[in-house]
Formats: sequence, C-alpha cells, structure tokens
Amino acid sequence: MAIASNKLNADFDIDSIRGQFPALDQKVHGHSLVYLDSGASAQKPNVVIEAVDHYYRNDHSNVHRGVHTLSERATVKYDASRVSIQKFVNAASDREIIYTSGTTEALNLVAQSWGRANIKEGDDLLVSEMEHHSNIVPWQMLAAEKSATVRKIPMDQDGVLDMQAFKKLLEGKPRVVAITHVANALGTVNPLAEIVRLAHDAGAIVVADGAQSTPHMSVDVQALDVDFYAFSGHKIYGPTGIGVLYGKESLLDAMPPWQGGGDMIKSVTFDGTIYNDLPFKFEAGTPNIADAIGMGVAADYLLDIGLEAVAAHEHSVLSYALSRAAERSEMTVFGNAPDKAGILSFALEGVHPHDIGTMLDHQGVAVRTGHHCAQPVMQFFGVPATTRASLGIYNNRQDIDRLFDGIDEVMKMFRR
Amino acid sequence: MMDDLRNLYQEVIFDHNRNPRNYGALENPNRTAQGYNPLCGDQLKLYMVLDDDGRIADVSFEGNGCAISTASASIMTSIIKGKTAEEAQIYFDSFHGMVTGEGDGDDSLEDFDKLRVLGGVAEYPSRVKCATLAWHTVRAAIDESEEPVTTE
Repeated sequence: MAIASNKLNADFDIDSIRGQFPALDQKVHGHSLVYLDSGASAQKPNVVIEAVDHYYRNDHSNVHRGVHTLSERATVKYDASRVSIQKFVNAASDREIIYTSGTTEALNLVAQSWGRANIKEGDDLLVSEMEHHSNIVPWQMLAAEKSATVRKIPMDQDGVLDMQAFKKLLEGKPRVVAITHVANALGTVNPLAEIVRLAHDAGAIVVADGAQSTPHMSVDVQALDVDFYAFSGHKIYGPTGIGVLYGKESLLDAMPPWQGGGDMIKSVTFDGTIYNDLPFKFEAGTPNIADAIGMGVAADYLLDIGLEAVAAHEHSVLSYALSRAAERSEMTVFGNAPDKAGILSFALEGVHPHDIGTMLDHQGVAVRTGHHCAQPVMQFFGVPATTRASLGIYNNRQDIDRLFDGIDEVMKMFRR
Repeated sequence: MMDDLRNLYQEVIFDHNRNPRNYGALENPNRTAQGYNPLCGDQLKLYMVLDDDGRIADVSFEGNGCAISTASASIMTSIIKGKTAEEAQIYFDSFHGMVTGEGDGDDSLEDFDKLRVLGGVAEYPSRVKCATLAWHTVRAAIDESEEPVTTE
C-alpha cells in the first residue's frame, strides 16, 4: 500500500512503478525481496524485457547488411535506439553516440583511441580519487605506454572533490581530466559543468563516467559541455552487455578507429582501407543488436517517467535513509557530500561488511558489500570494504525501514 | 527471524571473532605469507615458525576480516600448531572438501570437530573463500620453503 510520503507528485506513482519490475515480486529466504543493489545493476521493467523478447521472436537478423525484411526491421529498430539514447543525454547528433559493451569499454575506447593519438611523454592525466577502477586503470595503462603521469585529484573527508587542489593541478596543464559524475562508492555528485569549464580553460578535455549518474538524474551533455561521457545500459534499467560512449563529433572524427573489422569500414583493399563514418567507425563487428534495442527502450522509459521526478523521488528516499543512519551511533556513513545521489555506503562498528551482507540477505534485503571497484576510496577511509545500499526508482521508504530492521538484527547477533 | 542463519553463524564463530586465538605478529617467524580476498578486499598476514623437521612450532595471524574468515583463521592456527606441514595439508584437504560440499570432513583427524563449526559455509558458496583464506595462506607460507624463488 502506498503511503502519503511516497507520493511526491501525481506523475510518480511508486506502486505502479514497482509493479512494472517483475523481479521485485519474489521472496528471498522467506521474505519479500528488498532490492538495494541497483548501483551494481538495476532490475528490468516489463517494457525492456518484452522489447528484447519481441525482437528475438520476430525481428532478429543482422543489421546494416541485408536487403531482406528482417534485416531492415532489425536495422530500423537498432538505429532508432541510438536516437533514443541521443535524446536521453541530449547529444547534438546520433553520430556522437557510440555503442560499447558498457562504461568500462567506453572509457577504454577513449584512453586507447583518443589517448594514444594525443598523449605524449611527460603529459599529465588528472584522475579523481573517487573513481571506479574503470576510470583509473585505462589511464594508468596509457600513462605507462606513453611515459605520461597520472595525478590524483584529492577529495575531503565528506567525499567532496577538493576543487582548490583541482585548480592547482590544472596549472600543470594536464591533457585530460577523468572524473566520475556520481561516485559509485560514495554517491557524491560532482559539479561536472564547473569541472569542464575549468578544465577547458586549462586546455584539458574531460572524460566523465556517467554510470551512476544516468540512472538518477537528467543529463545534458551539451549543457555540461563535456567531451566524453560513458554509461551503461544495465544501470539505466536496460540489458547487460551494452553501453554508450558519447563524444563530441569533432573529437570522434579526429580519432583513429579502435578495433578493426566489419561495419567499421567503407571499403577494404589490400592497398588500404577507408573507414566508415561515425558512429560506425568505432563499432567493428556485428553489434549487440537486441540489447541496444532494449537499452533504447529503457532510456525512453526513464524519459517518459521524467528524470526530474526520478531524482526527486530518490532524493526523498535517500534523505530518509540518511536521517535513519544519523540516529545510529554504531553506524558510520561514507560520503557526506551535500549533493549526493542514490547511494548509502556505511560501516557498522564491530561488524564486517561481508557478515552484514549475508545476514541482510537472510532477511530478504539485497545490498552490495566489498570495495565496489573503488579501492582508492577504501584506502582513503582506511577500510577494506563497506556495505552499500543503492537506490533505484522502485525503492521506497518501507525498503529503507526493512534495511534498518535488518541492521538491528545484525547488531543483535553480534552483541549477543 | 535469523534462526536459519545459526547454521552458518554458530556461537563459537562469534566467540572466535571477538577473541581470536593466536592473533598478532610472532617475534621471530621464519615463514610469513599474505592472504588476500579480492572479493571483499580482506587481507590476512600469517606468521609461522617452521622447524627443521617440518613441524609448525608456532603460528599466528593478523588482519581485518569477516567473522567467518577471522574464526576460521583462529581455529585453524589452534589446530595446526604442533602439526607437521604434511599433517596440516591433510587437515586442509578435508576441511576444503567439507566447506565446498565436495566432502564430508574426516572425524578420524584429531580435533576435526572444532572445524565442523564452519561446516555451514557449504550452503553459502559466496562465503567459501572467507573460510579458506587462512588455509590458502598457510599453504603459501609452507610452500615458500619448497620454492625458494619466492622472496617474501
């Protein structure tokens, strides 16, 4: 049953939304499932599941190749998904939307293609301290190859980026700033537009990790003026194995292809090859057609609900979770940025996160425990791991109550 | 509510977690090894005095792990202290079989019943590594003597 506090506006009907996600309707260890791990991967609404199913049952064929009906149908749907994604982040053109297997591949594409062509010995690459490994390691690999230097943009105890230190680092004229829009282990929302402005003034491009922002807030790559923006289908309620690299057309045009093969060429002879236009230049081989279509449907789904409504709802649930956490002396929250989205990362005094995870699971509450692929963040706070509850559009205050009831049981077991 | 969890988290586990035996660095170990669980980021350091006859004269551990991992290290060090490296391996094989569900454990081994409190792990595949981390680390410490290329 809905309670008044869950109703933010008439358009956002939480019960109706919950009903659209079949996986939520199940029992785990005898308890109705509370899914608080959307930061790792979100559940899928019926429209996405049905779109992928319908595609395989009716339309599947290879794209951009055949003249027959199924190939044309598949191509139309596949190309339409790119327009959905273009709208989702307000890119200027669908040529700026490159499909990848996910955020990780998108970031590696930038490091390997743009990076190899543009980074020289002695260059500085700035990487924030709160990055996921996928926005650290590709830059370390590039730096090792080019004898360039990765420099850390530090954060403070609240998990807020140190803008003064950032400005100081920009004086060294770095070539690239790798920064997450929302930090996956902390929930910090970084001031991306300001970061981009400062970076551009210093002559650097900005590569943003949007994996944790795109599910929670409206993203406008043109307003942000960001150069590259990477995100994943499965975190925006779409399928796994598909993701996006947005890049400014002028940058993408000037970049060499990353992988060679079919679909990325115009013509091939043994005397030479002419590469295809954007976005296909970066999409060698038969693409992940079904999941691209599913991701496009997921993007449309979120746009239909409205990202502002999503953000307002999740902010309300997160604020409630933070207020409940503040009542607990045994609980330490990692990441207390004033601008925060979707994530409650915490420690319980005297209890290891792994034990918390197993004990919560036994009460039907799914959370992530571990280092969240952000070991520098764990090192900063001096912990091997945290417990992370992360929100999706389907979570409500009752889910948070179940989480805290579960935590009570954990503390009881450990204090016995 | 949590009664079904009791099979995994027996009271003995909490006791070892609160008061781990053989915890802290040894003064003069001749073997050390680091254990690392990449799943949870846990690190465990193992100290050992392995005498000339291949007997584990003393053993201890340090680290920050979950209750399962800490209890396992605590119980393990108590059991293998005084045993030979070969005997420790026999315990590990039997223990490993029990926690992975591939074996039943071997009660003919002295004190094997103490390891049985970790038998519930078999129902939790994601937690097997927690229970076996200390054992893998012991083997790494012992193997050092056979593979002098390791320079730790």
